[in-house]
Amino acid sequence: MIELIIQYPVLAALLAMVGLSLVFGAVLGFAAVKFKVEGDPIVEQIDSLLPQTQCGQCGHPGCKPYAEGIANGEAINKCPPGGQTTINAIADLLDVEAPTLDEEHGEEKDLPTVAYIREDECIGCTKCIQACPMDAILGAAKQMHTVIIDECTGCDLCVEPCPVDCIDMLPLESTLGEWKWSLPPRSETLALNIIASDRKAHSEASA
Amino acid sequence: MRKVWDIHGGVHPPENKQQSMQQALASLPLAPELVLPLNQHIGKPAIAIVAEGDTVLKGQLIAKADGPISANIHAPTSGTVSGIEDRTLPHPSGGSGPCIVISSDGKDTWAELDACENYQTLDHNTLLEKIRSAGIAGMGGAGFPAAIKLNPRGNLKIDTLILNGTECEPYITADDTLMQTRAQEVVAGAQILAQLLGNPKSILIGIEDNKPEAIRSISKALSEVENNPIEVVSFPTKYPSGGEKQLIQILTGREVPAGKLPADVGVVCQNVGSTVAAYRAVRFGEPLISRITTVVGEALEIQRNIEVPIGTPIGYILEQHGFTAANVSRLIMGGPMMGFALNTADVPVIKTTNCILAPSRAEMPAPPPAQACIRCGMCAEACPASLLPQQLFWYSMAEDLDKLEAHNIADCIECGACSYVCPSNIPLVQFYRASKGAMKQHAIDKEKSDRSRARFEFRQQRIEKAEVEKEAKRAARKVAAEAAKAKLAAKQASEGDSPKTDDTADVVAAAIAKAKTQDISPEVQLAKLERALSSASSRLDRTLARAEEAEGEKKDAILARVKDAELKVSDAKNKLAEFQARENG
Amino acid sequence: MTDVAVILVSAILVNNFVLVQFLGLCPFMGVSNKLETAIGMSGATTFVLTLASICSYLVHSWILEPLGLEYLRTIAFILVIAVVVQFAKMFIEKTSPLLYRVLGVFLPLITTNCAVLGVALQNTTKAHNFFESALYGFGAALGFSLVLILFSAMRERLAVADVPAPFKGAAIGMITAGLMSLAFMGFSGLV
Repeated sequence: MIELIIQYPVLAALLAMVGLSLVFGAVLGFAAVKFKVEGDPIVEQIDSLLPQTQCGQCGHPGCKPYAEGIANGEAINKCPPGGQTTINAIADLLDVEAPTLDEEHGEEKDLPTVAYIREDECIGCTKCIQACPMDAILGAAKQMHTVIIDECTGCDLCVEPCPVDCIDMLPLESTLGEWKWSLPPRSETLALNIIASDRKAHSEASA
Repeated sequence: MRKVWDIHGGVHPPENKQQSMQQALASLPLAPELVLPLNQHIGKPAIAIVAEGDTVLKGQLIAKADGPISANIHAPTSGTVSGIEDRTLPHPSGGSGPCIVISSDGKDTWAELDACENYQTLDHNTLLEKIRSAGIAGMGGAGFPAAIKLNPRGNLKIDTLILNGTECEPYITADDTLMQTRAQEVVAGAQILAQLLGNPKSILIGIEDNKPEAIRSISKALSEVENNPIEVVSFPTKYPSGGEKQLIQILTGREVPAGKLPADVGVVCQNVGSTVAAYRAVRFGEPLISRITTVVGEALEIQRNIEVPIGTPIGYILEQHGFTAANVSRLIMGGPMMGFALNTADVPVIKTTNCILAPSRAEMPAPPPAQACIRCGMCAEACPASLLPQQLFWYSMAEDLDKLEAHNIADCIECGACSYVCPSNIPLVQFYRASKGAMKQHAIDKEKSDRSRARFEFRQQRIEKAEVEKEAKRAARKVAAEAAKAKLAAKQASEGDSPKTDDTADVVAAAIAKAKTQDISPEVQLAKLERALSSASSRLDRTLARAEEAEGEKKDAILARVKDAELKVSDAKNKLAEFQARENG
Repeated sequence: MTDVAVILVSAILVNNFVLVQFLGLCPFMGVSNKLETAIGMSGATTFVLTLASICSYLVHSWILEPLGLEYLRTIAFILVIAVVVQFAKMFIEKTSPLLYRVLGVFLPLITTNCAVLGVALQNTTKAHNFFESALYGFGAALGFSLVLILFSAMRERLAVADVPAPFKGAAIGMITAGLMSLAFMGFSGLV
């Protein structure tokens, strides 16, 4: 049989290639079934890096939908509460470049803010309670409403629905316990200050 | 000669210890006002138990420890509490915090103390309680509550007690002075601590070899005690041998693993100052209300060690030592390696103030500007914790928190040896401190965001569940309604042609009639309308204010809301006017 | 035994596939940004290279040689390599989705990694037997992994270093690779 095939080289070549392809096709088919993957666990990993304020500033109704969006290729710089640190972390995870925050979706606030209900004016309508994605407002119909500061993420979603406009976003006071050292300036900037001519050129360039 | 080991790295900065040893230990006249911050230790601040106007005696408890990791605070002298207010704290941030301010009456009257002559007979818990209630915290500079360190977890067997008399930092001679003048108290304190720890096999007092008089003094005191198991160990001077983990390695050769405590390797280490304080607490019932502090620096006329009550303002101390503000380079609390600069002298001495350093400009010139890292690796050679400071530096600059953790930044004791040797004068320790703060903040943020995610998901579930229940109820009601209708139809069919009374229409008509005739008093109605008007107009004001602050697109959106609000206001005004017209007309 | 040592040392150091033979440069530059991805890529390539090397040998000696179809070597080997890579891709997708995501397009690009085809073809030119082919493939993979991991560790440090602006990114990476190549030339003559 082998001699027969050798006599007709074209036939031999065809048989060999087709035979190989069939065998390999079978192997791959088997592998496709055995190693089937459901869902996309990358979404969970992206979601764990987002700040969970559920504020909607990125255009999605929550952080999980935005994580799904990112997994589908959306830009990673749409989250103002997360700020540049979150963008860097997501870029690190996905091994892409870290762009700067897209200002269209809001600015990164320097100080964290929390909501504060002016209790004298509250009418107990529960509209803000329904709006809060974190259930951080304590209250019931016709009862006083108040914000649980520890759970408030500063997403501002409660301010709009209030019919008597009694909710303010106040900056969270930082106590001595939260004080921390700030990073000294980078050595590149420092190096520019040693040689006088560099110093002058640098200040002219930035002026 | 007992064997000593060596630690990795370390540096030899100029000691500068002789300036403060020229004069004997002195005391200052009592300051007129003493300020006691409620937080002078690691852990939660103490809670004040006195109020403004209270008279206090020396040694009286004025603030209680808040929980196990906290310390009591006692009045350092007799006087009146002139207030419990925010004062500037001796903290690198320069921030302020709550302090108990006592104006001294000059009499220095002691409160009643609980002295105990035969403390050797006291049981473990009583001894520990005496030390705890005396508010003793680590006086070498760390401020960790002593009672906790002296009570290690049950399963940990302590075989070595180390007394830290190293005092490796330049300029500081407080512990040296203590060991020379109160050697017997150091020894007695060591015995008490040993008793507390179940008499460990070795009791070592570690002293660097640049303090020969202190070594002599302690040795002499030890020789006066019979059968004493305590040993003085002197070892070559190097900074930072006085760090707890470093000293343990020098004296016992054991390395405390990363993230673990000395108790985990069977060692407890206590500063000699804290030891003496423990002795005085047990033997005489005296709480921790004063300490020995070195006052040194060329900007002062007098340089010496003083026994100073806790709470004495540093400004007062400087005045007493002939301080010239014009000459000083910067005012430092602590030593030149690990101390921090004070912006104002208006801060008090606290339990961990081992030195007040006021160098002149010539003595401590401004640091030269930092230059680029040349990757020489001298920092890694100097690090006593065997870390890689250069890598920590690069990752701190890149703010790469994961890599920092992987390089064990948590084990950095911030001794400053790396900054000291850096040929480019890079303030390395500042980078590590900032990074540690950033990591702490990151952990807090992560915890908060995880909690927020959980809350949000729970809320989604709750809403879904509510929807499902509503649907179920609606379906059930529909079924019930159909059943009722069917029954009614059946009933009507069986009764034949009875006049169909539209029951529902009747009921509604009756309700409308009732509402029309309901008697709402005019006052209540007026009040309601006025309230509506005032809320509408205040809403308008606020929206206007916001419109002024906003710009661009946001401004347009807010202006739209302004129009809305204006409509509401005019609406409310009209209703009110109508009502008033009706009432008056 | 010496044979084994010679083949391994030759494949890993002396004739290192990346730095001396300059094969497989695409994943070398593309996946070496982070150490974790480089380690993942090394694992994937080792798996593919060894398996592909064995399968190519088998196809060559059992099908192509007896039927006199050596001229179909290239296409047959590419077929083998493509299948092995596809298999590896499915395996990685299942076991480590993050690695799969991070390797991204470079995983199927192992198919076109000239180092893989290079090993397969070199096995035929050097007339290795089964064991030698497998060993040569494994050695080549080890050499690739070694260099990839070394390079990515260096690139990680370069990423946070004070590199002058014109050199940042791939430029300093290329220069570093060139210097590494110079260093590896020091191994020539070892075997």
